[in-house]
Amino acid sequence: MPVSDPHPIASLVRPSRTRTLNKLSGLLEPHRLILLALFIAGVLAAIQLMEWSWLPGYLPKLWEGLQMTLIMLVSSVVVGFLFALPLGLAQVNGIWPLRWLATGFCTVIRGTPLLLQLWLFYFGLGALFGQFPEIRDSWAWDYLRQAWPYGFIALTVSFAAYQGEIMRGAFAGVPHGELEAAEAFGMSRRKVFCRVWFPRALHRALPTLTGEIILQLKSTPLVATITVMDLYAVITQVRQTTYLTYEPLLFLVAVYLCLSGILIVGLRWVENRVPY
Amino acid sequence: MTTVFDFSLLAYSPPGWGKVLLVGFLRSIELAAGGYLLGILIGIAGASGKLYGNKVVRDLLEIYTMVIRAVPELVLMLLFYYVGTDLLSRASSAMGFGGVNIDGLTAGILVIGLVQGGYATEVFRGAILAIPRGQIEAAHAFGMPPGKVLRRVTLPAMTPHALPGMANLWMIATKDTALLAVIDFSELTLVTRQAAGATQYYIMFFLAAGVLYLALTLVSNFALRRFERHARRGLVPAR
Repeated sequence: MPVSDPHPIASLVRPSRTRTLNKLSGLLEPHRLILLALFIAGVLAAIQLMEWSWLPGYLPKLWEGLQMTLIMLVSSVVVGFLFALPLGLAQVNGIWPLRWLATGFCTVIRGTPLLLQLWLFYFGLGALFGQFPEIRDSWAWDYLRQAWPYGFIALTVSFAAYQGEIMRGAFAGVPHGELEAAEAFGMSRRKVFCRVWFPRALHRALPTLTGEIILQLKSTPLVATITVMDLYAVITQVRQTTYLTYEPLLFLVAVYLCLSGILIVGLRWVENRVPY
Repeated sequence: MTTVFDFSLLAYSPPGWGKVLLVGFLRSIELAAGGYLLGILIGIAGASGKLYGNKVVRDLLEIYTMVIRAVPELVLMLLFYYVGTDLLSRASSAMGFGGVNIDGLTAGILVIGLVQGGYATEVFRGAILAIPRGQIEAAHAFGMPPGKVLRRVTLPAMTPHALPGMANLWMIATKDTALLAVIDFSELTLVTRQAAGATQYYIMFFLAAGVLYLALTLVSNFALRRFERHARRGLVPAR
């Protein structure tokens, strides 16, 4: 990289590149090399000594399960985030019935286990819907008798509640002076919201978003308990048919580690590209 | 119109399921409290190891917290449950005690504690780093041995910094006990499902269990706030 590069970006790129190099050379410290060798030896021993013959036959199913997990994650995060914005705003700035409702919703959802909510939706609402002939005969029944809509709804509601609480903090945390300055420029209330309050709040909430998405990824295997065939459900099936205890679970741990790692790296990359 | 609610089923005595639910609720609280305490012990050890341990200890603890934070609790619980019971029964038979049966409560507490420990390690690490360095250095300068420094200076001084994170972890612990239902521990969520399945009043029973969980969350939230205010007395408020 030329030193006299007139482009200011260069000075921003270089430190991160040297940081990556530092991290890589950190791996080469002697004790880490030994740990790494032990780890590789462990993996090789696991491959040699454990029973992996089930893996090739199940690969297509595992791939489908992985897709289901990712679909559940992405859809619930996107839809949940859309609900989280009004939830956060209503808690900060709403008229009292709205604020009361939004706060109550977040408290109740965050105060009870997701598994319980999931089972309430699936076993409770699912059975209830089935008792009404009007619903049984309608087009919606095609979806409502499957399991995934309930999993999607439970995951979305949970993400919306947790993220809504974060957005509440983000909206409340925008410095008052910035909003007053916008008003002093003669902006209408709506313009203040669109140009200052909302973007600043979003920017404040971004760093916590990565953590929330990882938490959401960790919640997705719960949908396996209501017969949605995600990655965890496929592995459960493997365990039941092959009577193996450790191999499928270790494989699952490895896959989730990779997924989390990819998500963290990807989201950090996105976060770094957000201006200012 | 079908009935969704029949409150006589929630009565305490046998035709109602109230007693079953309350026993399950108590078991959930026991699991959460035991796991939380174990998590605190692991967390203190882990944080000390991360801050003061040698390179190998630090790297191993880094791997532990990374795995705990990246892998779903449900999967970790299954893994710890099978590995833990397997190792313990093998160890006891190797030592000549014969196969032991680990009861559900101990196994559940171990499983929750190991998960909590990973998060608690991070909370305590941050809290210890927030203590002014001079206080710990002064304790060392007085010639206190490391254990005494930990007991007399580090732990009391870090408590106010650790409390918000630890309060959060307690909430997570109470909700994580529900996951044990998947591995057939008869805690609140599982007994609720059994009661609901037997009577077909799914919505009512799940809502009742939700009320119990919510009550636990709100009460402990209130208590933890009070305790936090007590622990932070005399500290300059942040910001």
